[in-house]
Amino acid sequence: MDDSISMRVGRYRPERDHEPYWQDYDVPLRPEWTVLDGLNHVKNELDTTLAYRWSCRMGICGSCGMNVQGEPKLTCATFLSDYAPGPVKVEPLANFPIVRDLVVDIGDFMEKLPRVMPWIIRDDDVTEIDGEYLQTPEELDAYKQFSMCINCMLCYAACPVYGLDPDFVGPAAIALAERYDLDSRDAGARKRLDVLIEHDGVWGCTFVGECSAVCPKHVDPAGAIQRYKLKAATQSVKAFLLPRGAR
Amino acid sequence: MSADLGTGLAYQRKMPVWWWLRKRSYFLFVMRELSSIFIAWLVLYLLLFVRAVAHGPAAYDDYLDWAASPVLVVVNVVAFAFVLLHTFTWFQLTPKAMVLAVRGHRVPPWAIIGVQYVGLGAMSAFIAWLVLS
Amino acid sequence: MSLRRVEPLVWLTFSGGGVAAATLLPVLTFLFALAFPLGWIDPPDHAHLAAVLHNPLTFLVLMGAFTPMLVHAAHRFRYTLYDGLQVKHRALVAAVCYGSALVGVFVALQMLGSAT
Repeated sequence: MDDSISMRVGRYRPERDHEPYWQDYDVPLRPEWTVLDGLNHVKNELDTTLAYRWSCRMGICGSCGMNVQGEPKLTCATFLSDYAPGPVKVEPLANFPIVRDLVVDIGDFMEKLPRVMPWIIRDDDVTEIDGEYLQTPEELDAYKQFSMCINCMLCYAACPVYGLDPDFVGPAAIALAERYDLDSRDAGARKRLDVLIEHDGVWGCTFVGECSAVCPKHVDPAGAIQRYKLKAATQSVKAFLLPRGAR
Repeated sequence: MSADLGTGLAYQRKMPVWWWLRKRSYFLFVMRELSSIFIAWLVLYLLLFVRAVAHGPAAYDDYLDWAASPVLVVVNVVAFAFVLLHTFTWFQLTPKAMVLAVRGHRVPPWAIIGVQYVGLGAMSAFIAWLVLS
Repeated sequence: MSLRRVEPLVWLTFSGGGVAAATLLPVLTFLFALAFPLGWIDPPDHAHLAAVLHNPLTFLVLMGAFTPMLVHAAHRFRYTLYDGLQVKHRALVAAVCYGSALVGVFVALQMLGSAT
């Protein structure tokens, strides 16, 4: 195995540059090193000006998403040795505006997430509860997969619809809406449907399926979206066929 | 729209028109979507066939001759390939949209896909019988 | 009926058309576009086909299959134009696509009706 690998890193300094450019760094190629370890080596030893996000370095916080060799990845979960002999391209997460170097502006997602009301909505007036809301293992299984989302936004980077139309609410937001709709403790499905039935909701999705392919937590947002479309369509048929009182 | 950081200096990357050539999965997706054109073509072709039958035996024979011309054959071979792509991808994606539970257990995707192929086989056999008998 | 209530129903028709196309078009294409014209299988007598098409049940089944197939094609092509060619005039694209499907449905009524 070679001693080192070249990393081609996207740089951009807004106060100085008109557009991003590449900068090459040689980092040691240790078998257990991830791309994030490579970036940390660059920052510690080679170039302290490099800006990037990371935190837990174990694939649970969702901070370190970037495009590695063109694919959205968590840099803490991607081994450098997989790209030997290199160079391995590391650029900011696709489909988001670049703030600086590898840091992207995630404001769009932060605005969209609360729109789908990703919390338990109850239909009773209870303000203080005496104990927990009980839930069977089967009820948990119904939504558990969708609760695994770590908001890393790799799905947004992979989604060509979001890339072409930033108004699209996007895979993770819809998957999280589905997570709450399927939760037996929740009564807010109608409210979320009202949000997602709009044109920038589920209908923009053309089921490319890349979101599910890149998700590091196997959430399957594509599946959530198709189920949501079927749910919305069923509701529309009911609304069409049944008189107002029965809906 | 993204939250405004105030500097107006965030760099927006544009998606190129040829974005779908960059990854195999994107390319297959676009091919799948283009099958729609061939589905529309085949509906038209079959309707014209119906009209030829309605106009009598001579028109029917003429239509078969026209359909055997090189251009038509090439178009229809390509159309057939796209129909098969449509069928294959459609059956594969159905389990994602329909989550079926039988007696508390989730029906596995391969079962849903399998049932669709059985249905395809049955329909095809029936139509072939209807047309050829 | 508001647009947001129509889109789900269009999607359902799109889905139905997808199922119809996936199940019926392989055999129909193979027989009528390839096997019969190219002589791989002897084409049926004209009289037999005319009899099958004369049956009102055939008319209903084919109309019931072709209509959603046309909507399916229109719907998918509409989104292909949005995403592939990045056409910005969304309302115009929708009108042209579904309008063409509607024309197709009338053509189908005409052709199938004349054979019944």
